[in-house]
Amino acid sequence: MNERAASRMRVVGMIRKESLQILRDPSSIAIAFVMPVVLLLLFGYGVSLDARHVPLGVVVEQPDTNTASLIGAFQRSEYFDLKSFDSIHAAQQAFDLREVFGIIWLRNDFSEQLLSRSNAPIGVIVNGVNANQARIAEGYIQGVWQVWLGHYARSRGIELTLPVALEPRIWFNAAVSSRDFLVPGLIALIMTLIGALLTSMVVAREWERGTMEALMVTPIRIGELMIGKLAPYFVLGMGGMLLSVATAVWLFEVPLRGSFWLLSAASALFMLVALGMGLVISVVAKNQFVAGQIAIIVTFLPAFILSGFIFQISSMPEAIQFITHIVPARYYVAILQTLFLAGDMWPIVLSNCAVLAAMLFVLLAVVRRKLHKRLDA
Amino acid sequence: MPPPIARSCRPTEVATSAALVFEGVSKTFSARDRSVTALQSLDIRIQTGKVTGLIGPDGAGKTTLMRLAAGLLLPDAGRIHVLGIDVVRQPLEVQSSVGYMPQRFGLYEDLSVQENLDFYADLQGLGSAERAASYQELMHMTGLAPFTRRLAGRLSGGMKQKLGLACTLVRPPRLLLLDEPTVGVDPVSRRELWSIVYRQVKEQGMSVLLSTAYLDEAQRCDEVILIHEGQRLGQGTPQHFSEPMRGRTFRVTAPGFTKRALQARLSAVPGIVDAIIEGEHVRIVTEDPGLPDLSLVTTGQDAVHTEPAEPIFEDAFIAALKGGRAVESAPQLSLLPQVMPAGPEQEAVIEVRDLERRFGDFYAVKNVSFSVQRGEIFGLLGANGAGKSTTFRMLCGLLPVSAGKVHVAGYDLRRAAARARGRLGYMAQRFSLYGDLSVLQNLRFFASAYGLGRARSRARIAWALEAFELNDYSGDSSRDLPLGFKQRLAMAAALMHQPDILFLDEPTSGVDPLARREFWQRINALAESGVTVLVTTHFMDEANYCDRLVIMAEGEVLASGTPAEMKARFRSNDLPDPTMEDAFIGLIEAHEQDRGDVV
Repeated sequence: MNERAASRMRVVGMIRKESLQILRDPSSIAIAFVMPVVLLLLFGYGVSLDARHVPLGVVVEQPDTNTASLIGAFQRSEYFDLKSFDSIHAAQQAFDLREVFGIIWLRNDFSEQLLSRSNAPIGVIVNGVNANQARIAEGYIQGVWQVWLGHYARSRGIELTLPVALEPRIWFNAAVSSRDFLVPGLIALIMTLIGALLTSMVVAREWERGTMEALMVTPIRIGELMIGKLAPYFVLGMGGMLLSVATAVWLFEVPLRGSFWLLSAASALFMLVALGMGLVISVVAKNQFVAGQIAIIVTFLPAFILSGFIFQISSMPEAIQFITHIVPARYYVAILQTLFLAGDMWPIVLSNCAVLAAMLFVLLAVVRRKLHKRLDA
Repeated sequence: MPPPIARSCRPTEVATSAALVFEGVSKTFSARDRSVTALQSLDIRIQTGKVTGLIGPDGAGKTTLMRLAAGLLLPDAGRIHVLGIDVVRQPLEVQSSVGYMPQRFGLYEDLSVQENLDFYADLQGLGSAERAASYQELMHMTGLAPFTRRLAGRLSGGMKQKLGLACTLVRPPRLLLLDEPTVGVDPVSRRELWSIVYRQVKEQGMSVLLSTAYLDEAQRCDEVILIHEGQRLGQGTPQHFSEPMRGRTFRVTAPGFTKRALQARLSAVPGIVDAIIEGEHVRIVTEDPGLPDLSLVTTGQDAVHTEPAEPIFEDAFIAALKGGRAVESAPQLSLLPQVMPAGPEQEAVIEVRDLERRFGDFYAVKNVSFSVQRGEIFGLLGANGAGKSTTFRMLCGLLPVSAGKVHVAGYDLRRAAARARGRLGYMAQRFSLYGDLSVLQNLRFFASAYGLGRARSRARIAWALEAFELNDYSGDSSRDLPLGFKQRLAMAAALMHQPDILFLDEPTSGVDPLARREFWQRINALAESGVTVLVTTHFMDEANYCDRLVIMAEGEVLASGTPAEMKARFRSNDLPDPTMEDAFIGLIEAHEQDRGDVV
């Protein structure tokens, strides 16, 4: 047997051993299979950044046909659940108790004002504690109000005098469904979990249990050790990616407008970056607990918060925006959201891939410098 | 069939007859502001085709030496050649030609026996034909053939150790490095390991370097290297060490004295370096050839009876190490707690009947029964995993009992565990004090945890510092104490509330032979003052310190009685003076035969 065959045998042996360990270790299975499914279901069904079925209190001080027609318009909207109150006082109490999120107040001079003057004849109070939802709810209320006002004017043959008529068109996600951008972003999170968290922990486990010491005093080379160790997790991570894409497309009906192959290639690149981060962590942390903590703090949480997966990067303070530039998930999330919702936008995909490739290069350089077949690295 | 492998590595240096050479090797570890010198310009030479034992107390630098030889660490200074190859320049070549078993065997516990072997065979590049031959040979040697499908994590300590060895022998290396391969493993497995090692040496011409904390194993080596504080104290055959001790070793008996009392008195005699209980007599090692004046020991009593004893390696070890240290005075009895015997002498303070503990379908402890009298030193002897610690935790009320009866100090532990706990002191296997606190702060904390009043607490702390000679260390943070002092502090903490029963779980594990001796002196003194002591140990020779003991294996009691009774059962013409280890091996073999008959 020549050296090449021996080398192949070592790598294959390493991969086989690692795969067996993954299959037998409940915590690997949990991180690799259970967590992605839980995250997908949670973000697919549970977490929504849209305002839907917002509880609204309604106070109509003098009911007539105009008020009934307006309230009817609100009732028909799926964005609101209405609840009537006799007085603004009662409505405010419910508002304080958080029973309603906002109040629509039609004063007793509503119809009168409507016919005579053009200044705002309805009062709207919205709970601003959750600024995001408040703004969305406010927009919807305004939308319903304007549509109704248009109908009202037309039915009376009155020309409605609005200075500029805004006609919004929303591209790429016409329904403005938050699920459509959350679920693709999740893929970045799941791959970070498998690539960085799981990998750094399994390498740390070898240190912790003393098997790394025995492994090092064999003919295996450090490169073979790493390939053998990482290959199964690469496969696992890509499996997680496929699972998420399938769930996104078939279960949540998120459109995949770009090419699947481009998506796979970009994902493979990101997976390598995640594995690289896992390896760098395992160089520093030689026990599972510390490795897990570091991986969560420096890879998972940034991927969650700073990648643009949920929170818009451009609305962050500048210092934080600056930090997001070193979060690999940021670039991958941009690729994912582009490929899913917009299509093959080559300039965006390529520029983000270039940054990921540069990061991979730096990580590999660090690993190469720091990882030896020695204990006092 | 693939042709036999031609090893690509060729020694680049001039071939030497030595398997391993260290020349002026130093290694210092530094962490933050502290640095520890592990090895200090060490020179050693290990011959090919021999078994060399690396012996030294804990922290002497044994593991560092092994790791340097395996290329896992870089020396700060000096040169290391393994099989003629420079380790620093060609670590991979060295790692490809030596076999190395680290302290924890390097096994994957979630892989089966066969999968572990396959993995190491893959790494060593074994072809399928070689593989079959190698497996057959290894299975035959280790007796693991029936267990190939079992997960390594579910093997007993002895089987794990043999599997670890088998994995390093998949392709017989030219140099075998074994780092404390026998720690915590039962004597039967230890004996088997030695026979496998010698077989390799004989059949393959392998060279072996083996470190050990068991001094009796030195006797089995072709050559011994004694290291202490990173320096070589000596190298030679075991006889080379023990021969100069001839005429300085004696066995002493004195009618009218208990072994313990005699030992305590003898160790206080000037000119006696070492006094230990061995069987039914006390064995002493003297500073100079000939007996010192022993008349003081037994004033007004019958004369002591002495006879010369055959010197062993351990005598030389102790003499060599104690030579450098100031002779420590034996702890003074008067300073140990005076416990008022609360009842008649022959009172059982601990009663255990049919004790059982299950974890799922696994019995950690099964059918264990024994009783302990007041003022006794009672031992639980067995290998790691025999169920000793589990039994202990149940006796202290730390672990619920699955079935059976446990009475401690008159309280039923199933009902009044808290009250029973107030009467007992417990020293856990691992250092259980607060590393960040100073010695004094630890003692204060334990005094308050036991609810001692102000005056009593002050008195007890003063006592602890005095009796355990901790005064010089009272302000040091306990993490930085030497291991022997940590043990002292832990024991002091367990005694803060003057318990009348003391539980010691493996108190001497990992402690060097000198500290072990001192520790036992304190335990003896405690027992003399009326405290009942329960102790677990896997050191067979420590059983001799016990009044009575049980021997445990796989959660069951194999035998109980006095050390003399146990040994007497195995006395024969071939074995006129069996040791505790002989007795233990005999019991395990009988037990396995019984089980074999059932199957």
